[in-house]
Amino acid sequence: MQFLSGISLGQFIPGESFLHGLDPRCKIISTFILLSGLFMASKAPDFALWAIFLVCLSAMSRIPLGTILKSARPVLFLVAITVLLNIFWTPGREVFRAGFLRVTAEGLVMAFEMGMRLFFLVSFASMLMMTTSPMAFSDGLERLFSPLAKVGFPASEMAVMMTIALRFIPTLFEETDRILKAQVSRGADFDSGGLLKRARSFIPVLVPLFILVFKRAENLAIAMESRCYVPGARRTRLNPLAWGRRDTGAVSGLVAFISLVVLLDRTFLRHFSL
Amino acid sequence: MNRKPIFSLRGVEYAYPGAPSRALCGLDLEIAEGEWVALVGANGSGKSTLAKICNALLTPTQGDCFVMGRNTRDETCVPDIRRAVSLVFQNPEDQIVASVVEEDVAFGPENLGLPSHEIRVRVDRALEMAGLASCRLKGSFSLSGGQKQRLALAGALAMQPAALILDESTSMLDPEGRQSFLSCLGSLKSAGMTIVQITHRMEEAIQSDRVVVIDSGRSVWDGTPGDFFGGAYVRWNFEEPPDVSLYRELLSRGLLPDGTLPDVGAMLDALCLS
Repeated sequence: MQFLSGISLGQFIPGESFLHGLDPRCKIISTFILLSGLFMASKAPDFALWAIFLVCLSAMSRIPLGTILKSARPVLFLVAITVLLNIFWTPGREVFRAGFLRVTAEGLVMAFEMGMRLFFLVSFASMLMMTTSPMAFSDGLERLFSPLAKVGFPASEMAVMMTIALRFIPTLFEETDRILKAQVSRGADFDSGGLLKRARSFIPVLVPLFILVFKRAENLAIAMESRCYVPGARRTRLNPLAWGRRDTGAVSGLVAFISLVVLLDRTFLRHFSL
Repeated sequence: MNRKPIFSLRGVEYAYPGAPSRALCGLDLEIAEGEWVALVGANGSGKSTLAKICNALLTPTQGDCFVMGRNTRDETCVPDIRRAVSLVFQNPEDQIVASVVEEDVAFGPENLGLPSHEIRVRVDRALEMAGLASCRLKGSFSLSGGQKQRLALAGALAMQPAALILDESTSMLDPEGRQSFLSCLGSLKSAGMTIVQITHRMEEAIQSDRVVVIDSGRSVWDGTPGDFFGGAYVRWNFEEPPDVSLYRELLSRGLLPDGTLPDVGAMLDALCLS
């Protein structure tokens, strides 16, 4: 049984790199710009440039590329489904047929594009979470959503909810791992049988997991209350957000890079088929 | 010396909703400023309920609890009570709010709406006192069990409370971690902080000024550690401290030269006086 070791999805890696030091608002805005830019990429050279960009960001964050790529592992299944759906269900010029399955040239191109986009999307989103502490991330979101507070949007509560949700990710993995091991030591088998049997074998894991998580959430709520947390009350910050020159520089640099990729795509690579 | 009471509980009763019996049944207790009180008793005797009542997390169903003269029933006094009394729970993981050590310690002062420079001073001081100054930028969940418990203590200390309630806070620590935690408590006590320590470990009760036995929701014995270990602990079925057991065992096997059993109570009184 492969346990949940090594999953790094959404987990903050403390550090003092250039990316760690950016204002969380800058990183959130940049990630959205990045994701929009990714959907403008469609050819292999575009994605090669994005890959170089990812390597550069990895160096700027001092987080090993392997750790970032590993974060994409849990969504590989989703990427595989997307690729397969695009290969077999995109209409166009047929290149291969096996029974009712029909592969088209357009399908292959679309599968490549979607697969790459999803992969980079997860990698860049993970990079945001790996270089931004949940507290800073929720502070950033709170500030970005603060104009909506005037129309009754609970920006502050949403920020705390987000912090807690992100804080619970490692706890959930740890607890699931612990329960899985406990059940395996008592003879549970999660690896054999069909899909239904396997799904059913996870019930003894899910039931204690939910009970435990609810219990821990209740305990955390009590601990927060005892530390004077009052939902909706004004809170100050240890590290108040401050948008600096380097944040403006980072966003500008990103926009320049995306513009360059789009320009290349529309000019030199216009006749490139993939 | 006539010291002002920090906690005054008068006929406190508490019943959890739906529970067949009351957790506290007319408990009377007074704890003065600067005292270190060990609350001992079997599981389910009402110790943790008492701790939550002292932090205004629970309101007595009967009777009154006054914290520094403020009634916990009075909603307007609750923020002041929680500022004055910090609670450290058994499992540190249930108290960690933020994923970075210094952000977690700052959570309480941030809730108080303090300016960032003051939060910084409090966080630095609390981390220093808890011996975690070198871990400030580490991930909260990457700390060892002992460090997590000290993180919980630092979070409580950052509130600069007048009293600290520790609800079996050393139960998950190894002997070394427990020793360093207790020495930290010793320094706090020397600085004049009131400490209420709920514990099952008799060797911890020795270090207190006063031992209170809670049984079936009532305070049934109250006295010095010397009186407690001089005989009362046998009456309430507590185990003697392991060091004393070891001494007796060595003596009974003739491995110590002097065959006379010491008067443990007198020894402890001498220790307390010194």
